[in-house]
Amino acid sequence: MPLLKLNDDRLLPAFDEPLQEVSLDDWRANPQAHASATALVVSNDASLDDIEKDIDGFASIILNFPSFTDGRAYSQARLLRERIGYTGEIRARGDVLTDQIFFMSRCGIDAFEMDDILVMQDALRVFSFAYQVAADAVDPVWQRRGQCAAAA
Amino acid sequence: MYRYDEFDATLVKERVDQFRNQVERRLSGALTEEQFKPLRLMNGLYLQLHAYMLRVAIPYGSLSSKQMRKLAHIARNYDKGYGHFTTRQNLQFNWPALVDVPDILDELAEVEMHAIQTSGNCIRNVTSDQYGGAAADEVADPRPYGEMIRQWSTFHPEFSFLPRKFKIAITASDNDRAAVRVHDIGLRLHKNDVGKVGFEVIVGGGLGRTPYVGHTIRSFLPEENLLSYLEAVLRVYNLSGRRDNKYKARIKILLNAEGPEEFARLVEAEWAQIKDNGIDLLRAEISRIQNYFAPPPFEKLAVESVEMNEQRAVDGDFDRWLRVNTVAHKISGYAIVNVSLKAIGGIPGDITDAQMEAVADIAERYSHDEIRATHEQNLVLPHVKKGDLYIVYKRLKAACLDTANIGLVSDIIACPGLDYCALANTRSIPIAQRISERFANLGLQEELGELKIKISGCINACGHHHVGHIGILGVDKKGEEFYQVTLGGSGGADASIGEIAGRGLSSNEVVDAVEKLVAFYRHAKIPNERFLDTYRRIGAEPFKEALYAAA
Repeated sequence: MPLLKLNDDRLLPAFDEPLQEVSLDDWRANPQAHASATALVVSNDASLDDIEKDIDGFASIILNFPSFTDGRAYSQARLLRERIGYTGEIRARGDVLTDQIFFMSRCGIDAFEMDDILVMQDALRVFSFAYQVAADAVDPVWQRRGQCAAAA
Repeated sequence: MYRYDEFDATLVKERVDQFRNQVERRLSGALTEEQFKPLRLMNGLYLQLHAYMLRVAIPYGSLSSKQMRKLAHIARNYDKGYGHFTTRQNLQFNWPALVDVPDILDELAEVEMHAIQTSGNCIRNVTSDQYGGAAADEVADPRPYGEMIRQWSTFHPEFSFLPRKFKIAITASDNDRAAVRVHDIGLRLHKNDVGKVGFEVIVGGGLGRTPYVGHTIRSFLPEENLLSYLEAVLRVYNLSGRRDNKYKARIKILLNAEGPEEFARLVEAEWAQIKDNGIDLLRAEISRIQNYFAPPPFEKLAVESVEMNEQRAVDGDFDRWLRVNTVAHKISGYAIVNVSLKAIGGIPGDITDAQMEAVADIAERYSHDEIRATHEQNLVLPHVKKGDLYIVYKRLKAACLDTANIGLVSDIIACPGLDYCALANTRSIPIAQRISERFANLGLQEELGELKIKISGCINACGHHHVGHIGILGVDKKGEEFYQVTLGGSGGADASIGEIAGRGLSSNEVVDAVEKLVAFYRHAKIPNERFLDTYRRIGAEPFKEALYAAA
């Protein structure tokens, strides 16, 4: 599956380096048997409570979008970044469409498995501003307003 | 009113550009209808029985004369000369051509309007008590909170693909005017023991196939924590709401499966973890938004207008209109005017381009340039001097907008039904028209008092029949239109879900049925008792007997 990665605010095609994947359930059942795994696959109905001790050492966490309308993994991505403090790659897998990349990247997802990687760079910059805080470094509009007022 | 700054304007413009590109791809065939559907739905564009329908957002129901004139312009130039106000304070155009929609959105953007999040499984356009900043009984102006929610929910990255649509409503008084107990989240503004403004948070109400009255999960939420608390509710819902069955995907199903106490515990636990994460607005930004809603320059007036009292003494129709369609204002010498979009025999919520222009002109001259849309499909002129009421009344009358029936039997909520809607089983509009004609006498209507009839053309309940004092639900029975009557519902502070009265009625029988119920109520009521109160006092049985007794 072709892969795009977010790199310095740019979307670039990436070589799909072979990952050794293990599901969260299998990992928890028998970590020794999966000692060489590099990517943890988390289903979108999995609870992330107590996942801190599981994620250590994984280069990638793969989140699932079984259909583009199923948005559970947006919350999972934010929890991984903002609550658990995971700093490795978070990869979106499944029904990943151009029009969702803006939202996904704001939630902390930084790699995208896509059928069509001829994605316009615009996908990241559909909107110049955001109204809310999320998992990215973007200052929400209301903070920028405060800065404008302070500078004036 | 709120005014866009460069940030708001840029975001709306960028949304139009994005959609223009998507429409071009659809028209060229690069996108199939199937691929285009989710994209158009995020911009309020539906494909109905006969044509596309564009749903324009009117955030918290508030609009200026300039905005109303733009809606008239669009109705005239891109549609068939009319629009339709909905139960969510939005305006629908029923006949736009797909190729014109980006231009329509550009026109709307010129006056700080859009169709963002008026459909799709996202946080929909927020609705509000329509008397914000005007009502004598309000705790605080609900509109700044509506604007905060509008901004926070717009293109929310985490909550744009929820299990199902999500509706938030705010009311500013104990007199619930926004049906907050039948929304996904209802917010009731009130003050705590020490006079601080905050919200009662009600979750899990809703209509549709499984109607529920919502549960209070927090009795007092300080205003400054509004957005982080909403985010906690939405996160619990996004992660745990059902996605296997669209009819069980609303938050009401999750709340009732978990139980209200457990659901509240989940939300509170989530909120405890995020309340200090910088989601909530800074005090300066809350003040900035509130300043946009500062009161207009009211004059110092006597409580009563001598002139108006003289006019009402000689013009009985004006007198009735005053009694029925105006409401107490918080400022001495002013009144709130309701403009009925329920002309006798008319289509509930419909308004022509000329009528929109008339309302815009009147509002500009006599109501500080402000207009409100209501969830009961009417309009409001919020700030009219009592001395101006007669001229306002006469100008409304010249535009056929003077029907004195607010809250009365012919002030009917009806969904578009099978005349427009691709989901409907039956027509709703003709039933509303015939009931309205049957009770055409305004004097009789006033005598009957508050009586809310609500009609839905299918089980999705867009006409709110579950909360009608008399509800009418259209069902298809082997290709024939049948109507089921429910009794005793209410969408107000005393919210309740109506009970089915008995077997379905044919289209011919249903208007007679309403008349029988009303006749029985007149017989059974005690003085000053509303239909709903009589029903609650004596119960369903006598009403059912009256309804189904052999003629």
